[in-house]
Amino acid sequence: MNGAQDMGGVHGFGPVEPEPNEPVFHAGWEKRAFALTLAMAMPGQWNIDMSRFARENRDPGEYLSMSYYQIWFAALETMLKERDLVSDDETVAGHALREPKPVARILSPGAVAQVLYRGGPTERETNTTPAFKPGDHVRAKNINPRTHTRLPRYVRGHAGTIERVIGFHVFPDSNAQGAGENPQWLYTVCFDGRELWGADGDPTLTVSVDAWEPYLVPA
Amino acid sequence: MTGHDHHHDHSELTETQLRVRALETVLTEKGYVDPAALDLLIETYEKKVGPRNGARVVAKAWADPAYRARLVKDATSAIAELGYAGRQGEHIVALENTPNRHNMVVCTLCSCYPWPVLGLPPVWYKSAPYRSRAVSDPRGVLKDFGITLPAGTEIRVWDSTSEIRYLVIPMRPAGTEGWSEERLAELVTRDSMIGTGLPKQP
Amino acid sequence: MTHDHDHHHDHGSELSEMQLRTRALETILLEKGYIEPAAIDVLIETYEKKIGPRNGAQVVAKAWVDPQFRQWLFEDGTAAIGSLGFGGRSGNHLVALENTPSVHNMVVCTLCSCYPWAVLGLPPLWYKSAPYRSRTVADPRSVLADFGVSLPKDTEIRVWDSTAELRYLVVPLRPAGAEGWSEEKLAELVTRDSMIGTGLPKNPEDLA
Repeated sequence: MNGAQDMGGVHGFGPVEPEPNEPVFHAGWEKRAFALTLAMAMPGQWNIDMSRFARENRDPGEYLSMSYYQIWFAALETMLKERDLVSDDETVAGHALREPKPVARILSPGAVAQVLYRGGPTERETNTTPAFKPGDHVRAKNINPRTHTRLPRYVRGHAGTIERVIGFHVFPDSNAQGAGENPQWLYTVCFDGRELWGADGDPTLTVSVDAWEPYLVPA
Repeated sequence: MTGHDHHHDHSELTETQLRVRALETVLTEKGYVDPAALDLLIETYEKKVGPRNGARVVAKAWADPAYRARLVKDATSAIAELGYAGRQGEHIVALENTPNRHNMVVCTLCSCYPWPVLGLPPVWYKSAPYRSRAVSDPRGVLKDFGITLPAGTEIRVWDSTSEIRYLVIPMRPAGTEGWSEERLAELVTRDSMIGTGLPKQP
Repeated sequence: MTHDHDHHHDHGSELSEMQLRTRALETILLEKGYIEPAAIDVLIETYEKKIGPRNGAQVVAKAWVDPQFRQWLFEDGTAAIGSLGFGGRSGNHLVALENTPSVHNMVVCTLCSCYPWAVLGLPPLWYKSAPYRSRTVADPRSVLADFGVSLPKDTEIRVWDSTAELRYLVVPLRPAGAEGWSEEKLAELVTRDSMIGTGLPKNPEDLA
């Protein structure tokens, strides 16, 4: 979606402010929000693309004024409610008010290391061949879905070059909507800085994105 | 956590009220502004300049084909004939609605609006929802205003990115034959001159 | 009204809104049997204490001393890094980016905060922030300036926006004056920021 999360090239946000000796978590609740989010992925009620959409799918003013883990937590609450795992009256009460919905599995402490180590690989098998090869000139399509996409606005309509063929990977635009993994060929595409930002752009700059085939047409 | 206005029950002023008051005091004390001028400015745009101006322009265009022709050719001059001119209306273009084409005006970048004929813009015109959606989903915006146009109507959205200001001339409602300009003007709503509304029916 | 809207209350034991909300949800999820408390603790401990930039520093140090590993790393980052025992969540698909005297690499996720957890742990706040996400792809030199880093005018800067599941690890240039150092000692020169591309490794004299 064309939301506030699509920040590449936006002006006005001010300097980057690194924090010396920054702690991993800035508050106790952030640790809980983090862990709850990871643990609740285990029952398999949603996929990572759905959770990314749940985070970005909000009023831009809200998105920009919430902290990182506030967004995570709000998205977690939304996804739980959408799937009838937890309801509004329960979060207000702070207690379960009705029986849980049966789920396939939950995360046990003994499984944590293994689950983390396995991660969530997205590469899938295929007999198809990629449409593009390294060196090919391509153009990013001008798409503007209201749903989840990973094609940032700042590259849409711009011409770039295929840097490498990454592989055949789950396609977030489908997966986030529950329309299936629909894997597609995935490429790293490089764009010249001046192509993206105009004649006054940094001449030493090259920017790449990782783009699935449905995002690209030959240039 | 947006819009951080703390609403207090007591008679305390908000932070913004305090800041505005403070600045006005300082500017007056330094002699940079004359309080009477400030009052006149406020009165002008609160009470004197408003959509009734544009309604008169539209009503005249409906009643007088020669005027309509002048309006389409050089709206700034035609509008000035009625005594409306000046700030945020130095260059006005009139947009005629037809059965095939519906015009809508927006300023995606800020809030540009034809003040001399419509007064100051309403909050919704300056809001993020209107500014973001008018150029990409005008039919969705019209729906928010309770309007559905025929599927085949061309919708032309004008983004006021320069000093050109746009005034939509809506279509004259049926059943108004022989009406005076004054009476016709009462049918012309502000929203119909922006393109988010239609004129009243008789 | 910028981000990071933590209201610091002075009132005695009153918890902040986020503390209350996370506590409430954790309670509910526990009561419904969707989570096990011990698993939550392990998750927190893992990313607070166990997985962090020391992993990536190990990878870089090895690439500095071992030419065969270096070649493997750039050909197949996932496999090479996996051989050291690092991988999994946000590290299933890893690509190593080689800094050279004429090319400097920087990694960002403009759309959210994608980061190679497996080798760097969780991302710092600045990496997830609007300034970094918005400016790195358009004006990386000004971002480097915010980090006190200045590169030669004609150095090519390659910015990699992590829009898919690929995660990027920058392999910085080995500093001079560290010849013959063990991998362990070299790893101490490798800063987290140098593996993102917003910093350079330490110099040997910085460790003395």
